[in-house]
Amino acid sequence: MSKWHFVTDGFVKNNPTFVLVLGMCPTLATTTSAMNGLEMGLATMFVLILSNIVISLIAPMVPDKVRIPVYITVIATFVTVLQLLMQAFTPAVYETLGLFIPLIVVNCIVLGRAEGFANKHSVGESALDGLGVGLGFTASLTVIGLVREILGSGSLFGWKFIAGDGILAFVMAPGAFLVLGFLMVLFNKYLAKK
Amino acid sequence: MAAASTLKNMALCLTLVCLVCSAVVGAAYVVTVDPIAAAAQAKTTASIAAVLPEFSGTPEQGSVEWNGAKYNYYKADGAGYAIISSTSGFGGVLTLMVGVAEDGTIHNTTVLSHSETPGLGAKCTTDEHFMAQFQGFDPAVKSLSVKKDGGDLDAITASTITSRAYALAVSNAVAVFHQLTDGGQGNE
Amino acid sequence: MEYFLIFVSAIFVNNILLAQFLGICPFLGVSSKLSTATGMSGAVCFVITLATVVTYLLNRYLLVPFGLEFLQTISFILVIAALVQMVEIVLKKISPSLYQALGIFLPLITTNCAVLGVAITVVTKEFAFSGTAPHMLNLGQATVYAIATSLGYGLAMCLFAGLREHLAGNDVPKAFKGLPIALITVGIMAMAFLGFSGIV
Repeated sequence: MSKWHFVTDGFVKNNPTFVLVLGMCPTLATTTSAMNGLEMGLATMFVLILSNIVISLIAPMVPDKVRIPVYITVIATFVTVLQLLMQAFTPAVYETLGLFIPLIVVNCIVLGRAEGFANKHSVGESALDGLGVGLGFTASLTVIGLVREILGSGSLFGWKFIAGDGILAFVMAPGAFLVLGFLMVLFNKYLAKK
Repeated sequence: MAAASTLKNMALCLTLVCLVCSAVVGAAYVVTVDPIAAAAQAKTTASIAAVLPEFSGTPEQGSVEWNGAKYNYYKADGAGYAIISSTSGFGGVLTLMVGVAEDGTIHNTTVLSHSETPGLGAKCTTDEHFMAQFQGFDPAVKSLSVKKDGGDLDAITASTITSRAYALAVSNAVAVFHQLTDGGQGNE
Repeated sequence: MEYFLIFVSAIFVNNILLAQFLGICPFLGVSSKLSTATGMSGAVCFVITLATVVTYLLNRYLLVPFGLEFLQTISFILVIAALVQMVEIVLKKISPSLYQALGIFLPLITTNCAVLGVAITVVTKEFAFSGTAPHMLNLGQATVYAIATSLGYGLAMCLFAGLREHLAGNDVPKAFKGLPIALITVGIMAMAFLGFSGIV
Protein backbone atom coordinates (compact mmCIF):
# COMPACT_ATOMS: atom_id res chain seq x y z
CA MET A 1 0.00 0.00 0.00
CA SER A 2 1.70 3.11 -1.21
CA LYS A 3 1.95 5.95 1.25
CA TRP A 4 2.54 8.49 -1.51
CA HIS A 5 -1.14 9.28 -1.69
CA PHE A 6 -0.54 11.34 1.46
CA VAL A 7 1.59 13.60 -0.70
CA THR A 8 -0.67 13.81 -3.75
CA ASP A 9 -3.76 14.41 -1.60
CA GLY A 10 -2.31 17.73 -0.54
CA PHE A 11 -2.42 19.03 -4.09
CA VAL A 12 -6.05 18.55 -5.04
CA LYS A 13 -8.22 16.67 -2.58
CA ASN A 14 -6.86 18.46 0.49
CA ASN A 15 -5.57 21.63 -1.13
CA PRO A 16 -5.23 24.00 1.83
CA THR A 17 -6.09 27.12 -0.13
CA PHE A 18 -8.93 26.12 -2.42
CA VAL A 19 -10.51 23.20 -0.58
CA LEU A 20 -9.72 23.55 3.13
CA VAL A 21 -9.67 27.38 2.92
CA LEU A 22 -6.94 27.67 5.53
CA GLY A 23 -3.96 29.99 5.79
CA MET A 24 -5.73 32.80 3.99
CA CYS A 25 -3.70 35.64 5.49
CA PRO A 26 -0.31 34.80 3.97
CA THR A 27 -2.08 33.66 0.78
CA LEU A 28 -3.44 37.13 0.18
CA ALA A 29 -0.54 39.15 1.54
CA THR A 30 2.56 37.49 0.13
CA THR A 31 1.42 36.67 -3.41
CA THR A 32 2.38 39.98 -4.99
CA SER A 33 4.71 38.03 -7.25
CA ALA A 34 5.27 34.38 -8.12
CA MET A 35 8.66 34.35 -6.41
CA ASN A 36 7.25 35.76 -3.16
CA GLY A 37 4.46 33.19 -3.16
CA LEU A 38 6.94 30.39 -3.78
CA GLU A 39 9.24 31.55 -0.97
CA MET A 40 6.37 31.87 1.51
CA GLY A 41 5.07 28.41 0.60
CA LEU A 42 8.47 26.81 1.06
CA ALA A 43 8.99 28.56 4.42
CA THR A 44 5.62 27.29 5.63
CA MET A 45 6.38 23.80 4.33
CA PHE A 46 9.63 23.73 6.32
CA VAL A 47 7.74 24.40 9.55
CA LEU A 48 4.88 22.09 8.58
CA ILE A 49 7.06 19.04 7.93
CA LEU A 50 9.22 19.48 11.04
CA SER A 51 6.34 20.19 13.39
CA ASN A 52 4.34 17.27 11.99
CA ILE A 53 7.28 14.94 12.63
CA VAL A 54 7.94 16.14 16.19
CA ILE A 55 4.28 16.26 17.20
CA SER A 56 3.68 12.81 15.83
CA LEU A 57 6.65 11.61 17.94
CA ILE A 58 5.58 13.20 21.22
CA ALA A 59 1.79 12.90 20.88
CA PRO A 60 1.53 9.66 22.88
CA MET A 61 3.32 11.27 25.81
CA VAL A 62 1.42 14.55 25.95
CA PRO A 63 -1.54 14.75 28.37
CA ASP A 64 -4.71 15.70 26.54
CA LYS A 65 -5.43 18.89 28.47
CA VAL A 66 -2.13 20.55 27.64
CA ARG A 67 -1.79 19.38 24.08
CA ILE A 68 -2.68 22.68 22.39
CA PRO A 69 -0.13 24.79 24.35
CA VAL A 70 2.49 22.10 23.77
CA TYR A 71 1.81 21.96 20.02
CA ILE A 72 1.90 25.75 19.80
CA THR A 73 5.23 25.82 21.65
CA VAL A 74 6.72 23.24 19.30
CA ILE A 75 5.48 25.10 16.22
CA ALA A 76 6.70 28.44 17.61
CA THR A 77 10.13 26.92 18.20
CA PHE A 78 10.46 25.85 14.58
CA VAL A 79 9.17 29.21 13.36
CA THR A 80 11.78 31.01 15.48
CA VAL A 81 14.52 28.74 14.14
CA LEU A 82 13.30 29.48 10.60
CA GLN A 83 13.27 33.23 11.35
CA LEU A 84 16.85 33.16 12.61
CA LEU A 85 18.09 31.04 9.70
CA MET A 86 16.39 33.26 7.14
CA GLN A 87 17.67 36.44 8.75
CA ALA A 88 21.19 35.05 8.63
CA PHE A 89 21.31 33.36 5.23
CA THR A 90 18.53 34.82 3.07
CA PRO A 91 18.15 38.41 4.36
CA ALA A 92 16.49 39.71 1.19
CA VAL A 93 13.69 37.11 1.36
CA TYR A 94 13.38 37.74 5.10
CA GLU A 95 12.74 41.41 4.46
CA THR A 96 10.25 40.81 1.67
CA LEU A 97 8.13 38.37 3.67
CA GLY A 98 8.47 40.48 6.82
CA LEU A 99 5.71 40.05 9.40
CA PHE A 100 4.36 36.89 7.77
CA ILE A 101 7.28 34.71 8.81
CA PRO A 102 6.49 34.86 12.53
CA LEU A 103 2.81 34.62 11.58
CA ILE A 104 3.41 31.06 10.35
CA VAL A 105 2.89 30.18 14.03
CA VAL A 106 -0.79 31.08 13.78
CA ASN A 107 -1.22 29.71 10.28
CA CYS A 108 -4.25 27.45 10.72
CA ILE A 109 -2.74 24.90 8.35
CA VAL A 110 0.15 24.08 10.66
CA LEU A 111 -1.86 23.71 13.86
CA GLY A 112 -4.69 22.10 11.91
CA ARG A 113 -2.53 19.32 10.49
CA ALA A 114 -0.82 18.80 13.84
CA GLU A 115 -4.10 18.48 15.67
CA GLY A 116 -6.00 16.68 12.93
CA PHE A 117 -3.41 14.35 11.49
CA ALA A 118 0.02 14.22 13.08
CA ASN A 119 -1.12 13.26 16.54
CA LYS A 120 -2.95 10.23 15.17
CA HIS A 121 -0.54 8.92 12.55
CA SER A 122 2.97 7.56 12.43
CA VAL A 123 6.04 9.72 11.97
CA GLY A 124 6.55 8.68 8.37
CA GLU A 125 2.94 9.34 7.38
CA SER A 126 2.96 12.71 9.19
CA ALA A 127 6.11 13.75 7.39
CA LEU A 128 4.59 12.80 4.03
CA ASP A 129 1.36 14.62 4.90
CA GLY A 130 3.37 17.71 5.82
CA LEU A 131 5.18 17.44 2.51
CA GLY A 132 1.96 17.00 0.53
CA VAL A 133 -0.01 19.80 2.17
CA GLY A 134 3.08 22.00 2.10
CA LEU A 135 3.60 21.39 -1.60
CA GLY A 136 -0.10 22.02 -2.25
CA PHE A 137 0.11 25.30 -0.34
CA THR A 138 3.29 26.30 -2.18
CA ALA A 139 1.71 25.46 -5.54
CA SER A 140 -1.42 27.50 -4.74
CA LEU A 141 0.59 30.50 -3.57
CA THR A 142 2.86 30.36 -6.61
CA VAL A 143 -0.08 30.17 -9.02
CA ILE A 144 -1.88 33.07 -7.35
CA GLY A 145 1.37 35.04 -7.27
CA LEU A 146 1.98 34.26 -10.93
CA VAL A 147 -1.47 35.51 -11.99
CA ARG A 148 -1.10 38.70 -9.94
CA GLU A 149 2.40 39.27 -11.26
CA ILE A 150 1.47 38.77 -14.92
CA LEU A 151 -1.58 41.01 -14.69
CA GLY A 152 -0.18 43.52 -12.24
CA SER A 153 3.46 44.04 -13.12
CA GLY A 154 3.72 42.46 -16.52
CA SER A 155 6.49 40.12 -15.47
CA LEU A 156 7.06 36.38 -15.03
CA PHE A 157 9.15 35.40 -11.99
CA GLY A 158 10.82 38.78 -12.22
CA TRP A 159 11.35 38.79 -15.98
CA LYS A 160 9.41 41.72 -17.38
CA PHE A 161 7.73 41.16 -20.72
CA ILE A 162 6.10 44.57 -21.06
CA ALA A 163 7.60 48.01 -20.57
CA GLY A 164 6.07 49.95 -17.68
CA ASP A 165 3.41 48.67 -15.31
CA GLY A 166 0.47 46.35 -15.73
CA ILE A 167 -2.92 46.71 -14.03
CA LEU A 168 -1.55 47.78 -10.66
CA ALA A 169 -4.74 46.92 -8.79
CA PHE A 170 -3.65 43.30 -8.96
CA VAL A 171 -0.48 43.79 -6.92
CA MET A 172 -2.39 45.82 -4.37
CA ALA A 173 -4.96 44.72 -1.81
CA PRO A 174 -8.10 44.37 -3.98
CA GLY A 175 -6.30 42.28 -6.55
CA ALA A 176 -5.48 39.62 -3.97
CA PHE A 177 -9.12 39.04 -3.09
CA LEU A 178 -10.30 39.16 -6.69
CA VAL A 179 -7.68 36.77 -8.04
CA LEU A 180 -8.27 34.30 -5.20
CA GLY A 181 -12.03 34.46 -5.78
CA PHE A 182 -11.79 33.81 -9.51
CA LEU A 183 -9.18 31.08 -9.14
CA MET A 184 -11.44 29.37 -6.60
CA VAL A 185 -14.23 29.38 -9.16
CA LEU A 186 -11.94 27.72 -11.72
CA PHE A 187 -10.73 25.16 -9.16
CA ASN A 188 -14.29 24.28 -8.15
CA LYS A 189 -15.29 23.85 -11.79
CA TYR A 190 -12.30 21.54 -12.31
CA LEU A 191 -13.25 19.50 -9.25
CA ALA A 192 -16.87 19.29 -10.34
CA LYS A 193 -15.83 17.90 -13.71
CA LYS A 194 -13.67 15.06 -12.26
CA MET B 1 -3.43 7.10 23.23
CA ALA B 2 -2.15 10.16 25.10
CA ALA B 3 -0.85 10.09 28.66
CA ALA B 4 -3.27 10.69 31.54
CA SER B 5 -4.07 14.34 32.30
CA THR B 6 -2.91 14.35 35.91
CA LEU B 7 -1.43 17.53 37.35
CA LYS B 8 1.96 15.87 37.71
CA ASN B 9 1.96 14.69 34.08
CA MET B 10 0.85 18.05 32.75
CA ALA B 11 3.41 20.01 34.72
CA LEU B 12 6.18 17.58 33.81
CA CYS B 13 5.26 17.62 30.14
CA LEU B 14 5.05 21.40 29.92
CA THR B 15 8.35 21.90 31.76
CA LEU B 16 10.12 19.37 29.57
CA VAL B 17 8.75 20.85 26.38
CA CYS B 18 9.73 24.37 27.46
CA LEU B 19 13.25 23.27 28.36
CA VAL B 20 13.83 21.41 25.11
CA CYS B 21 12.35 24.20 23.00
CA SER B 22 14.42 26.85 24.77
CA ALA B 23 17.52 24.77 24.16
CA VAL B 24 16.72 24.41 20.45
CA VAL B 25 15.99 28.12 20.02
CA GLY B 26 19.08 29.04 22.03
CA ALA B 27 21.23 26.81 19.86
CA ALA B 28 19.78 28.30 16.68
CA TYR B 29 20.43 31.78 18.05
CA VAL B 30 24.06 31.03 18.84
CA VAL B 31 24.60 29.56 15.39
CA THR B 32 23.04 32.49 13.56
CA VAL B 33 24.13 35.49 15.63
CA ASP B 34 27.28 36.10 13.61
CA PRO B 35 25.84 35.48 10.13
CA ILE B 36 22.96 37.85 10.94
CA ALA B 37 25.35 40.60 11.97
CA ALA B 38 27.45 39.92 8.89
CA ALA B 39 24.42 40.10 6.58
CA ALA B 40 23.31 43.41 8.09
CA GLN B 41 26.84 44.72 7.78
CA ALA B 42 27.07 43.65 4.13
CA LYS B 43 23.84 45.45 3.34
CA THR B 44 25.04 48.66 4.99
CA THR B 45 28.42 48.48 3.27
CA ALA B 46 26.76 48.03 -0.11
CA SER B 47 24.47 51.02 0.50
CA ILE B 48 27.37 53.23 1.58
CA ALA B 49 29.36 52.23 -1.48
CA ALA B 50 26.38 53.14 -3.64
CA VAL B 51 26.03 56.65 -2.27
CA LEU B 52 29.61 57.81 -1.78
CA PRO B 53 32.57 58.07 -4.13
CA GLU B 54 35.26 55.40 -3.86
CA PHE B 55 37.03 55.27 -0.58
CA SER B 56 39.31 52.89 1.25
CA GLY B 57 39.12 51.75 4.83
CA THR B 58 36.08 51.18 7.03
CA PRO B 59 33.61 54.00 7.58
CA GLU B 60 33.24 55.00 11.20
CA GLN B 61 29.72 54.92 12.57
CA GLY B 62 28.15 57.64 14.64
CA SER B 63 24.87 59.26 15.50
CA VAL B 64 23.82 62.81 16.14
CA GLU B 65 20.70 64.65 17.15
CA TRP B 66 19.23 67.28 14.90
CA ASN B 67 15.87 69.02 15.07
CA GLY B 68 14.61 66.63 17.70
CA ALA B 69 15.39 63.40 15.84
CA LYS B 70 18.33 61.03 15.95
CA TYR B 71 20.33 60.51 12.75
CA ASN B 72 22.78 57.64 12.21
CA TYR B 73 25.66 58.29 9.86
CA TYR B 74 28.83 56.74 8.50
CA LYS B 75 31.93 58.85 7.96
CA ALA B 76 34.23 57.66 5.20
CA ASP B 77 37.62 59.31 5.20
CA GLY B 78 38.23 61.19 2.00
CA ALA B 79 34.76 60.54 0.63
CA GLY B 80 32.24 62.21 2.91
CA TYR B 81 29.29 61.20 5.05
CA ALA B 82 26.54 58.63 4.40
CA ILE B 83 23.59 59.80 6.47
CA ILE B 84 20.44 57.75 7.14
CA SER B 85 17.40 59.99 6.98
CA SER B 86 13.74 59.05 7.51
CA THR B 87 10.58 60.99 6.75
CA SER B 88 6.89 60.33 6.56
CA GLY B 89 5.99 59.35 2.99
CA PHE B 90 2.60 58.62 1.47
CA GLY B 91 2.17 55.07 2.73
CA GLY B 92 4.48 55.06 5.72
CA VAL B 93 8.06 55.70 6.66
CA LEU B 94 10.51 56.48 3.85
CA THR B 95 14.15 55.81 4.79
CA LEU B 96 17.01 56.97 2.63
CA MET B 97 20.77 56.83 2.80
CA VAL B 98 22.17 60.12 1.49
CA GLY B 99 25.82 60.37 0.52
CA VAL B 100 27.12 63.90 1.04
CA ALA B 101 30.60 64.49 -0.31
CA GLU B 102 33.13 66.52 1.62
CA ASP B 103 32.41 69.65 -0.42
CA GLY B 104 28.76 69.60 0.64
CA THR B 105 27.34 68.35 -2.63
CA ILE B 106 25.20 65.24 -2.78
CA HIS B 107 27.00 62.36 -4.41
CA ASN B 108 24.08 59.94 -4.57
CA THR B 109 21.05 58.69 -2.66
CA THR B 110 19.51 55.27 -2.19
CA VAL B 111 16.23 54.08 -0.67
CA LEU B 112 16.67 51.75 2.30
CA SER B 113 12.99 51.10 2.93
CA HIS B 114 9.61 52.46 1.92
CA SER B 115 5.91 51.60 1.85
CA GLU B 116 4.88 53.72 -1.11
CA THR B 117 2.20 52.81 -3.63
CA PRO B 118 3.38 50.46 -6.38
CA GLY B 119 3.47 52.21 -9.73
CA LEU B 120 3.32 55.64 -8.15
CA GLY B 121 5.48 56.52 -5.16
CA ALA B 122 7.32 53.22 -5.38
CA LYS B 123 8.92 54.60 -8.52
CA CYS B 124 11.29 56.41 -6.17
CA THR B 125 13.47 53.30 -6.49
CA THR B 126 13.13 52.81 -10.24
CA ASP B 127 12.50 56.20 -11.90
CA GLU B 128 15.94 56.95 -13.32
CA HIS B 129 15.28 60.57 -14.12
CA PHE B 130 14.09 61.27 -10.57
CA MET B 131 17.02 59.51 -8.92
CA ALA B 132 19.62 60.99 -11.26
CA GLN B 133 18.60 64.51 -10.24
CA PHE B 134 20.22 64.03 -6.86
CA GLN B 135 23.56 62.88 -8.19
CA GLY B 136 26.01 65.75 -7.89
CA PHE B 137 23.27 68.10 -6.66
CA ASP B 138 24.73 71.17 -4.98
CA PRO B 139 22.31 72.39 -2.29
CA ALA B 140 24.24 75.65 -2.01
CA VAL B 141 23.21 76.81 -5.49
CA LYS B 142 19.99 74.89 -6.12
CA SER B 143 16.93 74.45 -3.94
CA LEU B 144 16.15 70.97 -2.53
CA SER B 145 12.41 70.95 -3.06
CA VAL B 146 10.04 70.03 -5.88
CA LYS B 147 9.24 72.53 -8.61
CA LYS B 148 5.67 72.80 -7.31
CA ASP B 149 7.07 74.24 -4.08
CA GLY B 150 9.40 76.61 -5.90
CA GLY B 151 12.44 74.36 -5.91
CA ASP B 152 14.57 72.79 -8.60
CA LEU B 153 13.51 69.15 -8.51
CA ASP B 154 11.17 67.34 -10.87
CA ALA B 155 8.68 65.25 -8.93
CA ILE B 156 7.66 61.70 -9.89
CA THR B 157 4.56 61.84 -12.09
CA ALA B 158 1.41 61.81 -9.92
CA SER B 159 3.48 61.22 -6.77
CA THR B 160 4.04 64.67 -5.36
CA ILE B 161 3.78 63.59 -1.75
CA THR B 162 6.39 60.85 -2.10
CA SER B 163 8.67 63.21 -4.03
CA ARG B 164 8.29 65.87 -1.35
CA ALA B 165 9.10 63.35 1.36
CA TYR B 166 12.16 62.21 -0.58
CA ALA B 167 13.37 65.79 -1.03
CA LEU B 168 12.74 66.53 2.64
CA ALA B 169 14.74 63.48 3.70
CA VAL B 170 17.63 64.60 1.51
CA SER B 171 17.58 68.18 2.76
CA ASN B 172 17.44 66.97 6.37
CA ALA B 173 20.52 64.85 5.67
CA VAL B 174 22.31 67.90 4.24
CA ALA B 175 21.47 69.89 7.36
CA VAL B 176 22.83 67.07 9.53
CA PHE B 177 25.99 67.11 7.40
CA HIS B 178 26.42 70.82 8.09
CA GLN B 179 25.89 70.24 11.78
CA LEU B 180 28.57 67.56 11.77
CA THR B 181 31.09 69.54 9.76
CA ASP B 182 30.67 73.18 10.72
CA GLY B 183 29.00 72.58 14.02
CA GLY B 184 25.48 73.90 13.56
CA GLN B 185 25.86 76.36 10.77
CA GLY B 186 23.00 76.41 8.27
CA ASN B 187 19.53 75.04 8.99
CA GLU B 188 17.85 73.95 5.74
CA MET C 1 -3.38 65.17 17.97
CA GLU C 2 -1.18 62.25 17.17
CA TYR C 3 -3.55 59.91 18.96
CA PHE C 4 -6.30 61.05 16.62
CA LEU C 5 -4.08 60.40 13.60
CA ILE C 6 -3.18 56.93 14.86
CA PHE C 7 -6.89 56.26 15.41
CA VAL C 8 -8.04 57.33 11.95
CA SER C 9 -5.13 55.72 10.19
CA ALA C 10 -5.61 52.34 11.87
CA ILE C 11 -9.34 52.18 11.12
CA PHE C 12 -9.47 53.47 7.56
CA VAL C 13 -6.10 53.92 5.90
CA ASN C 14 -4.38 50.75 7.03
CA ASN C 15 -7.44 48.68 7.82
CA ILE C 16 -6.20 45.48 9.38
CA LEU C 17 -8.37 43.28 7.18
CA LEU C 18 -8.58 45.11 3.89
CA ALA C 19 -5.06 46.52 3.70
CA GLN C 20 -2.90 44.41 5.99
CA PHE C 21 -4.60 41.04 5.36
CA LEU C 22 -4.62 39.99 8.99
CA GLY C 23 -7.54 38.10 10.51
CA ILE C 24 -8.96 36.82 7.22
CA CYS C 25 -9.87 33.26 8.26
CA PRO C 26 -12.50 34.14 10.87
CA PHE C 27 -13.54 37.07 8.67
CA LEU C 28 -14.59 34.71 5.89
CA GLY C 29 -15.98 32.12 8.27
CA VAL C 30 -17.98 34.14 10.78
CA SER C 31 -19.40 36.94 8.73
CA SER C 32 -22.50 35.35 7.25
CA LYS C 33 -24.73 36.91 9.88
CA LEU C 34 -24.54 40.40 11.32
CA SER C 35 -25.21 39.24 14.89
CA THR C 36 -22.33 36.74 15.02
CA ALA C 37 -20.08 39.27 13.30
CA THR C 38 -20.66 41.89 16.00
CA GLY C 39 -20.16 39.38 18.80
CA MET C 40 -16.91 38.13 17.27
CA SER C 41 -15.62 41.67 16.68
CA GLY C 42 -16.24 42.57 20.30
CA ALA C 43 -14.32 39.56 21.55
CA VAL C 44 -11.45 40.19 19.15
CA CYS C 45 -11.30 43.87 20.12
CA PHE C 46 -10.95 42.97 23.75
CA VAL C 47 -8.27 40.32 23.16
CA ILE C 48 -6.22 42.48 20.74
CA THR C 49 -6.12 45.44 23.14
CA LEU C 50 -5.25 43.35 26.18
CA ALA C 51 -2.68 41.25 24.31
CA THR C 52 -0.99 44.32 22.82
CA VAL C 53 -0.59 45.98 26.20
CA VAL C 54 0.78 42.85 27.88
CA THR C 55 3.18 41.92 25.07
CA TYR C 56 4.38 45.54 24.79
CA LEU C 57 5.27 45.54 28.48
CA LEU C 58 6.83 42.09 28.22
CA ASN C 59 8.96 43.25 25.31
CA ARG C 60 9.98 46.54 26.89
CA TYR C 61 10.88 45.26 30.34
CA LEU C 62 11.98 41.68 29.77
CA LEU C 63 13.00 40.94 26.19
CA VAL C 64 14.80 44.11 25.14
CA PRO C 65 16.88 44.71 28.29
CA PHE C 66 18.25 41.17 28.10
CA GLY C 67 18.71 41.12 24.33
CA LEU C 68 16.12 38.38 23.93
CA GLU C 69 14.22 39.84 20.96
CA PHE C 70 14.52 36.56 19.10
CA LEU C 71 12.11 35.08 21.66
CA GLN C 72 9.37 37.51 20.60
CA THR C 73 7.43 35.02 18.50
CA ILE C 74 7.35 32.28 21.13
CA SER C 75 6.69 34.48 24.15
CA PHE C 76 4.03 36.57 22.42
CA ILE C 77 2.01 33.58 21.19
CA LEU C 78 2.15 31.92 24.61
CA VAL C 79 1.00 35.15 26.28
CA ILE C 80 -1.88 35.36 23.80
CA ALA C 81 -2.86 31.72 24.35
CA ALA C 82 -2.84 32.26 28.11
CA LEU C 83 -4.88 35.48 27.82
CA VAL C 84 -7.52 33.80 25.69
CA GLN C 85 -7.79 30.96 28.23
CA MET C 86 -8.25 33.52 31.00
CA VAL C 87 -10.86 35.45 29.02
CA GLU C 88 -12.76 32.19 28.47
CA ILE C 89 -12.77 31.37 32.17
CA VAL C 90 -13.80 34.89 33.20
CA LEU C 91 -16.50 35.09 30.55
CA LYS C 92 -17.93 31.72 31.58
CA LYS C 93 -18.34 33.07 35.11
CA ILE C 94 -19.70 36.55 34.49
CA SER C 95 -21.73 36.11 31.29
CA PRO C 96 -22.55 32.48 30.43
CA SER C 97 -24.96 33.54 27.67
CA LEU C 98 -22.27 35.48 25.80
CA TYR C 99 -19.91 32.57 26.33
CA GLN C 100 -22.45 30.23 24.73
CA ALA C 101 -23.09 32.61 21.85
CA LEU C 102 -19.41 32.84 20.97
CA GLY C 103 -18.98 29.08 21.24
CA ILE C 104 -16.00 27.76 19.32
CA PHE C 105 -14.87 31.20 18.17
CA LEU C 106 -13.36 32.22 21.48
CA PRO C 107 -10.50 29.69 21.60
CA LEU C 108 -9.99 30.29 17.88
CA ILE C 109 -9.00 33.89 18.60
CA THR C 110 -5.61 32.50 19.68
CA THR C 111 -4.81 31.58 16.10
CA ASN C 112 -6.18 34.81 14.70
CA CYS C 113 -3.25 36.40 12.85
CA ALA C 114 -4.59 39.83 13.71
CA VAL C 115 -3.77 39.44 17.41
CA LEU C 116 -0.19 38.26 16.97
CA GLY C 117 0.22 40.56 13.97
CA VAL C 118 -0.72 43.71 15.90
CA ALA C 119 1.41 42.66 18.88
CA ILE C 120 4.51 42.25 16.70
CA THR C 121 3.84 45.34 14.55
CA VAL C 122 3.58 47.60 17.57
CA VAL C 123 7.04 46.65 18.88
CA THR C 124 8.92 46.42 15.60
CA LYS C 125 7.56 49.03 13.22
CA GLU C 126 8.33 52.72 13.14
CA PHE C 127 5.33 54.95 12.70
CA ALA C 128 5.22 58.33 11.00
CA PHE C 129 2.38 60.76 10.56
CA SER C 130 2.60 63.88 8.46
CA GLY C 131 4.61 66.37 10.38
CA THR C 132 6.24 64.01 12.85
CA ALA C 133 9.53 62.19 12.50
CA PRO C 134 9.31 58.39 12.29
CA HIS C 135 9.43 56.82 15.73
CA MET C 136 8.51 53.73 17.74
CA LEU C 137 5.23 53.83 19.66
CA ASN C 138 5.01 54.34 23.39
CA LEU C 139 2.54 52.39 25.55
CA GLY C 140 -0.26 54.94 25.22
CA GLN C 141 0.05 55.16 21.45
CA ALA C 142 0.29 51.38 21.21
CA THR C 143 -2.95 50.99 23.17
CA VAL C 144 -4.76 53.51 20.98
CA TYR C 145 -3.42 51.73 17.92
CA ALA C 146 -4.68 48.37 19.22
CA ILE C 147 -8.14 49.72 20.03
CA ALA C 148 -8.41 51.50 16.69
CA THR C 149 -7.19 48.45 14.79
CA SER C 150 -9.82 46.25 16.36
CA LEU C 151 -12.49 48.85 15.65
CA GLY C 152 -11.39 48.78 12.03
CA TYR C 153 -11.65 45.00 12.14
CA GLY C 154 -15.17 45.25 13.54
CA LEU C 155 -16.14 47.84 10.96
CA ALA C 156 -14.95 45.72 8.05
CA MET C 157 -16.62 42.62 9.47
CA CYS C 158 -19.99 44.25 10.07
CA LEU C 159 -19.99 45.93 6.64
CA PHE C 160 -19.15 42.61 5.08
CA ALA C 161 -21.76 40.68 7.07
CA GLY C 162 -24.39 43.15 5.93
CA LEU C 163 -23.33 42.69 2.31
CA ARG C 164 -23.32 38.91 2.66
CA GLU C 165 -26.82 38.87 4.08
CA HIS C 166 -27.94 40.71 0.96
CA LEU C 167 -25.97 38.41 -1.33
CA ALA C 168 -27.59 35.33 0.18
CA GLY C 169 -30.94 36.44 -1.21
CA ASN C 170 -29.59 37.12 -4.69
CA ASP C 171 -29.14 35.06 -7.80
CA VAL C 172 -25.46 34.12 -7.75
CA PRO C 173 -24.07 31.85 -10.52
CA LYS C 174 -23.53 28.32 -9.19
CA ALA C 175 -19.75 28.29 -9.49
CA PHE C 176 -19.51 31.57 -7.59
CA LYS C 177 -21.77 30.62 -4.70
CA GLY C 178 -20.35 30.86 -1.23
CA LEU C 179 -16.71 31.79 -0.88
CA PRO C 180 -15.81 33.02 -4.40
CA ILE C 181 -18.49 35.70 -4.55
CA ALA C 182 -17.64 36.66 -0.97
CA LEU C 183 -14.00 37.16 -1.94
CA ILE C 184 -14.90 39.23 -4.97
CA THR C 185 -17.12 41.39 -2.76
CA VAL C 186 -14.27 41.91 -0.30
CA GLY C 187 -12.02 42.82 -3.22
CA ILE C 188 -14.37 45.61 -4.20
CA MET C 189 -14.57 46.73 -0.56
CA ALA C 190 -10.77 46.80 -0.43
CA MET C 191 -10.76 48.96 -3.53
CA ALA C 192 -13.13 51.38 -1.83
CA PHE C 193 -10.91 51.55 1.26
CA LEU C 194 -7.88 52.24 -0.95
CA GLY C 195 -9.46 55.62 -1.45
CA PHE C 196 -8.52 56.48 2.13
CA SER C 197 -4.79 56.25 1.54
CA GLY C 198 -2.81 59.39 2.04
CA ILE C 199 -5.34 61.22 4.21
CA VAL C 200 -3.05 61.00 7.25
